[in-house]
Amino acid sequence: MTSNNTDLVRAGLARRYRAEKRFRLYGLGAILVALAMLLTLFVTIFGSGLGAFTATEMTLEVTLFPQDVDPEGNRDPDVLSAANYRKLISQAMLDLFPDVTTRQDRRALLAIVSDGATYEARRRVMADPSLIGQRIDITVPVSSDFDLLNKGKVDETSAEHERRITDKQIAWFKRLQDRGMISTTFNKRLFTNSDSRQPELAGILGAVVGSMYTLLITLALSFPIGVAAAVYLEEYAPQNWFTDMIEVNINNLAAVPSIVFGLLGLAVFLNVFGMPRSAPVVGGLVLTLMTLPTIIIASRAALKSVPPSIREAALGVGASKLQMIVHHVLPLAMPGMLTGTIIGMAQALGETAPLLMIGMVAFIADVPGGPLAPSTVMPVQIYLWADSAERAFVERTSAAIMILLAFLVFMNAGAVVLRKKFERKW
Amino acid sequence: MNTLILVLVILALATLSYVVGTRRSTGLVDNKPKDLHSLPGYYGLYVAMWCGVPALALLALWTAFEPTIVKHMVLASLPAQALLDPAGGPLSDQRISLMMTDIANTASGNISSGASQSYISEAAVYQRSLTDTGYWLMAAVAVALGLGLASLAYRRISPKLRARNDVESGVKYFMIACSTVAILTTIGIILSLLFESYRFFTQVPVTDFLFGLSWSPQTAMRADQVGSSGAFGAIPLFVGTGLIATIALVVAVPIGLLSAIYMSEYAAPKFRAFAKPALEILAGIPTVVYGFFAALTVAPAIRGFGETIGLDVSSESALAAGLVMGIMIIPFVSSLSDDVITAVPQAMREGSYGLGATKSETIRKVVFPAALPGIVGGILLAASRAIGETMIVVMAAGLAANLTANPFAAVTTVTVQIVTLLVGDQEFDSPKTLAAFALGLVLFFITLLLNVIALRVVRKYREQYD
Repeated sequence: MTSNNTDLVRAGLARRYRAEKRFRLYGLGAILVALAMLLTLFVTIFGSGLGAFTATEMTLEVTLFPQDVDPEGNRDPDVLSAANYRKLISQAMLDLFPDVTTRQDRRALLAIVSDGATYEARRRVMADPSLIGQRIDITVPVSSDFDLLNKGKVDETSAEHERRITDKQIAWFKRLQDRGMISTTFNKRLFTNSDSRQPELAGILGAVVGSMYTLLITLALSFPIGVAAAVYLEEYAPQNWFTDMIEVNINNLAAVPSIVFGLLGLAVFLNVFGMPRSAPVVGGLVLTLMTLPTIIIASRAALKSVPPSIREAALGVGASKLQMIVHHVLPLAMPGMLTGTIIGMAQALGETAPLLMIGMVAFIADVPGGPLAPSTVMPVQIYLWADSAERAFVERTSAAIMILLAFLVFMNAGAVVLRKKFERKW
Repeated sequence: MNTLILVLVILALATLSYVVGTRRSTGLVDNKPKDLHSLPGYYGLYVAMWCGVPALALLALWTAFEPTIVKHMVLASLPAQALLDPAGGPLSDQRISLMMTDIANTASGNISSGASQSYISEAAVYQRSLTDTGYWLMAAVAVALGLGLASLAYRRISPKLRARNDVESGVKYFMIACSTVAILTTIGIILSLLFESYRFFTQVPVTDFLFGLSWSPQTAMRADQVGSSGAFGAIPLFVGTGLIATIALVVAVPIGLLSAIYMSEYAAPKFRAFAKPALEILAGIPTVVYGFFAALTVAPAIRGFGETIGLDVSSESALAAGLVMGIMIIPFVSSLSDDVITAVPQAMREGSYGLGATKSETIRKVVFPAALPGIVGGILLAASRAIGETMIVVMAAGLAANLTANPFAAVTTVTVQIVTLLVGDQEFDSPKTLAAFALGLVLFFITLLLNVIALRVVRKYREQYD
């Protein structure tokens, strides 16, 4: 009988070991699948975003005719600013292609140059009015369709009606290339411009500044409030229903969907208190409420890790409770609290949904002038660009995502370094 | 911006009071601080506290309520005929708020559509004068309050004054106030959602909202247009949300659970040290990035794949949004499961090995059942995360409310509808806008319920082994 059982077990062993191996492979497979998805995400975004860091530019010889720029010759800045530079740019373009005669073709030809060319010409003249009357070289961006063509992202073999640019335009562009007028440079505009309807002129600066204002307000409010609340709950609070209620509320708020905070901001801050729409102040307030639970929970953990002997020693030499906390416990708990705060800030930086609710989705073409000025933030800018129909915005969206991820990596790396440097085992 | 200057002025006054208070306390005892009850700095803080705190509180309250009061005063100053429409009836609320915006724009010097009317510009001048007087009044009252209280506190300074105790209890009240912010936030959320939802339910019956099968919130401008009534049956949204969340869980639960088991039971420490943070990166990526990934890469890929095998897949299919959302919540499932699996006592595993079970048999028959409540808790938390997730579905799921369980069709979710209803032009009293708050209320309660259950399950489980 016993030998029978042993035989039975032996007979099953190979099968059981196979099952063991299989199970192990499932586990490894699951991790690899998850990592592969992470990799796919990064590869897709980096692959489509790298292109946006270079821009195609064209060097155009423009004659600044005095009768167009400054007919009265008194260099009045208002007149210089209002002059018709578009006409000069168009003239320069048409001079390059004397064979283009029909009205339709002329318009198609002019589409190669971006609207940014007129701003560039104006900037040059405003900076140095003595250029008027001269023939100068202006480096101007080409419009986004030709930027894509130059980067090889337009399929020239496809049927003409499937492309946004015609065969003729491609031929003209090739001629410009042959004359050496087209160059590829680093895309400064991505970092120095704000949002624009023209992809080749759109930049992230306004959104970065908006994010900065919003985060500053969030930090200024949530750090002191979070630390004070954590100190109270950890060091002072008596065991009673009120304390219980605060703790339950903090835990629940940590799990409330972020969009609900947006609804709160809309109903309370905008409609009851009449605060301005789209302003970083309101965004900062909403994000403060959202990040507070994270900061409070992290700060409490940091306070808990300070050993009681420190507190007892301080009290023993005659410190009051507040002196004990401020002079001894807080400095020891500070690295942990800061780590939690940075992680909360990183969350706030990537948050989009509640900001949509309070109207931070407007098209803002200027760098916001202050925390009360209408502005947008980086994730919302990404959302807006992702929604745009222009194909060239795809690579700009990816580039903006790369910039946002760079900020996040930087913040999280800071948190890790902080934790490593000040981590203390008691 | 002017208020900021005022805040700085008051902070400067408080700093000044600190210096004066400290000086006074040492002066009273001929520079022998040991005769004082508290350290000299505490006397300074005592005066500074009385100078700054009430004045700043006054500023906060004033700026919060001034706009409303000014608005009412301006409204009351308008001539009677300005509040009547051409037919002679009273003006609707929307028209009034439009007019108030005109007045505010004119007052701040911008161009506005109503500037041509004389009563608008008169009201604008009145509003300007009100805000100006209001500002100076506020400045005067705040500074007077700060200085007055500071001088009272200054006079009270004596060697016997228990300044440290007073300052410390002041700080304690500040800390209590900070920790009640969490309660106030919850109350604010519940009240604002309930209040707006109540206004919605006075226009649309609750039963129609909760059990209605058709959702088309677009109300027409004119009464005779097609579909002018708007339909607010939220069942298609609930089904769509459920469908996408289910797909997400179908992706995330096996992957997350198996990776947690592998990492806690099999993986070498080196592999674990690399894989665990790598998985957690998934939780740190902003959701708008996932949304872009879903719309740009995953949805076209699924659509293309469907075409090759002859399936009709919508370009905004529930599958694409659910799949990407699943990737996002993998770390929620895996890290929570990892925690509970590690918490299962080693003795239970060793007992199983002693009986001759293989590692995988031990995991499946001993560790997993023991950890099950905690794992269920983790899955519930992940589900609540999936239900409340907004950006992925806004960017990758559809807008049309189809009542279907087909993952290849386009469905819409509660969060998508909240965003579409509230982004863009809105009139605040229409059921279309208010419906967003009713949806928010449902969302809030469902996620709250899931969290409470999850936390309870996890806690109950922990008690068993601790």
